Amino acid sequence: MAAIHAFRARGITKCFGDVVALDGIDLDVAPGQIHGLVGPNGAGKTTLLGLLLGLAVADSGSLEILGTPVGRALAAPDGVAGFVDGPGLYPSLTARQNLAALAALRGRDSRAAAIGDVLDQVGLTDVADERTHGFSLGMRQRLGLAAALLGEPRLLVLDEPSNGLDPTGKRHVHGVLTRLAAHGTSVVLSSHRMDDVEALCSEVTIVASGRVVFSGPLGKLAAENGELDYRLLTSDPEAARRMAADTAGIGVGDDAAVLVVRALVPALDELVVRLVHANIAIRELAPVVSPLEAAFLALTEQPAAGR
Amino acid sequence: MTATVAIARGYRFELVKLISQWRIRLLVLACWIAPALFVAAVSQQSTLPVDTLFGRWMHATGWAGPLVLLGFAGTWALPLLTSVVAGDVFAAEDRLGTWRHLLVAVRSPRRIFAAKALASLTVIVLLVAGLAVSGTVGGLVAVGNQPLVGLDGHLLTPRDAAGRVLLAWVCVLAPTLALAGIGLLGSVALGRSPMGLLLPALVALALQLAQMLPLPVAVRLALPGYAFLAWNGLFTSPAELGPLLIGIVVSLVWAVTATALAYLLFLRRDFTNLAYDGSARRAVTAGVLPLVALGAATVVAVAATTATTTGSGIEQDKVQRSVATAFAHLYRLQTKQLNRPDVTEAQLTATAACNRGAGSVAAEGPGNDWRCVVSWHLPDIEATGTAIYQLDVTADGRFAADGDGPKEVNGYFLVRTPDGDAPNPLWQFDGNVDLLPTAPKG
Repeated sequence: MAAIHAFRARGITKCFGDVVALDGIDLDVAPGQIHGLVGPNGAGKTTLLGLLLGLAVADSGSLEILGTPVGRALAAPDGVAGFVDGPGLYPSLTARQNLAALAALRGRDSRAAAIGDVLDQVGLTDVADERTHGFSLGMRQRLGLAAALLGEPRLLVLDEPSNGLDPTGKRHVHGVLTRLAAHGTSVVLSSHRMDDVEALCSEVTIVASGRVVFSGPLGKLAAENGELDYRLLTSDPEAARRMAADTAGIGVGDDAAVLVVRALVPALDELVVRLVHANIAIRELAPVVSPLEAAFLALTEQPAAGR
Repeated sequence: MTATVAIARGYRFELVKLISQWRIRLLVLACWIAPALFVAAVSQQSTLPVDTLFGRWMHATGWAGPLVLLGFAGTWALPLLTSVVAGDVFAAEDRLGTWRHLLVAVRSPRRIFAAKALASLTVIVLLVAGLAVSGTVGGLVAVGNQPLVGLDGHLLTPRDAAGRVLLAWVCVLAPTLALAGIGLLGSVALGRSPMGLLLPALVALALQLAQMLPLPVAVRLALPGYAFLAWNGLFTSPAELGPLLIGIVVSLVWAVTATALAYLLFLRRDFTNLAYDGSARRAVTAGVLPLVALGAATVVAVAATTATTTGSGIEQDKVQRSVATAFAHLYRLQTKQLNRPDVTEAQLTATAACNRGAGSVAAEGPGNDWRCVVSWHLPDIEATGTAIYQLDVTADGRFAADGDGPKEVNGYFLVRTPDGDAPNPLWQFDGNVDLLPTAPKG
């Protein structure tokens, strides 16, 4: 028997007046998957996340969340938690009181231990008893994640969860999301930070103008990509530059200070072999722009080209 | 399957949020402490707030304090309290950007509305109760549990006064709820706009201004704020319950209608739009127009129920009856002060002859040019006693009578009693004219 999808969308369309926010979206997300949703501003990411959270209903199409078809009412099925456009917090309450009130509201475990546990997971134990009106954006994001965790969700929907996070906060959030996924919770997150998406997500969907222009594993995206620019640092830059220029399928950038080569992966592999045989040490070889970002730019700048 | 949150849990959540706000805490504290201090302090002053109903009796009994406070509260405090609580309960979520969070948590706009309405109602009742209890405690502690002189001059025992003071405060809950309903409507319809917060106070101000105008009785009674004044009728004997009941029913109809309109508007709002500041068109079509229609319908209903269409309800015979009745009751009070043999109202057979502008204008309607000559008889004395009063009758039926002599009866503010000088109850007194058609009282 096939596992129940975290959600399955078919032909989802949503309009706000004359504006088409979602235009026939088809998308499946499997259980235990961290799925990234990327796209330019106004692409329809938040609208799609809002549909998953029950904040809006689609004009047409079908949406099934955790095996339950979504009706016309504004309400998310059980097991779905998260936030869009930032977490909702009440500034007159402390972090702990915000969570306790929310837990009591949902009839969940509002004992101090349960609240303390989620605060600890997101790294906010030290400020648990401070009013949230003084919280930074990153702290608010982490508290919003803690609030979502209280519901023990099977589908976690997060809009820009990395906004405002410092490296410590980012590590906490990534750790929480990875652990959740390992225990079978699906996570759908939108982000403009490609490094986050690449670090966290096993699959990604790129949306542009309300349509899906790519959906699948990150590896597939890299494979489908064309030539990329790579920065190459070696022990002998001049020899490496000459060798790159002599290698078939490789273009060399004009910047004399830094060696940048443009190539497909097979040509790049050939260059690496030649450098090693010539006893030139490779100190760094990294794409100037990540494959995801390159794909994002390529796909979203020409949305009409389709997938 | 979607499990929505029980209303009781949502209600508790909303209460926690409301009570956590410093301004609500401050209001609760102020309503439970400040009135006691105010009443106690005013009761110790040599100059009393005689412009406010029952203000002139604040030296005499502790029961006058909560009534003075009630008059003040109906004008200012209650509209402002409802503004701060009901006018902000929905707008606060817009300001904080927490609608989506709340909707994801509760999963039912209907239950969110019910929880918010109930929580704001609870806080408003808590504030009103604080005003009433605090004002009463302040009066009783500072002055004591003495009988209260009613608006027709009759004496209410402390027990009777306590019951009527409590009833008066309960009655003003109705117009307060009407303002709260309007506050909810404004809060839903206008979002973050300050107009939503101010709406109940502005409506209350407009209603007060309307009550000062010479409106036909049916229109006056059909206004949702009339019950803020109509509690006066509880302090006459017999009580003038007609206007009070009409005022309460009208207020409750407004409260229910405004809340229902707010509910319908709330269910139709767009929760996906963070910048939602209400829809002006929708506010007019689903908020203002239905309330205007309700206002017109209640005028027609009140006119049909009370058989009054035009006219102020202030007529010569009613003024004469009110003045004579109050005079007779207060005369007995003065008689007792002076240690004279008691006489009954029936023995006095007091009558009043009133006109306006020395007879140059029709003796009806509000005005400060009413003049009354009161006549009475004492047992075994052939001569008829007479006393003159200048009356200022306001459009809501309340009047202030100012004694114009003779000095021994009503021309001076003190009377000489065996125990020394005392305030003269016949010098100046407040009264009330029942605006509805009435039969002469026995």
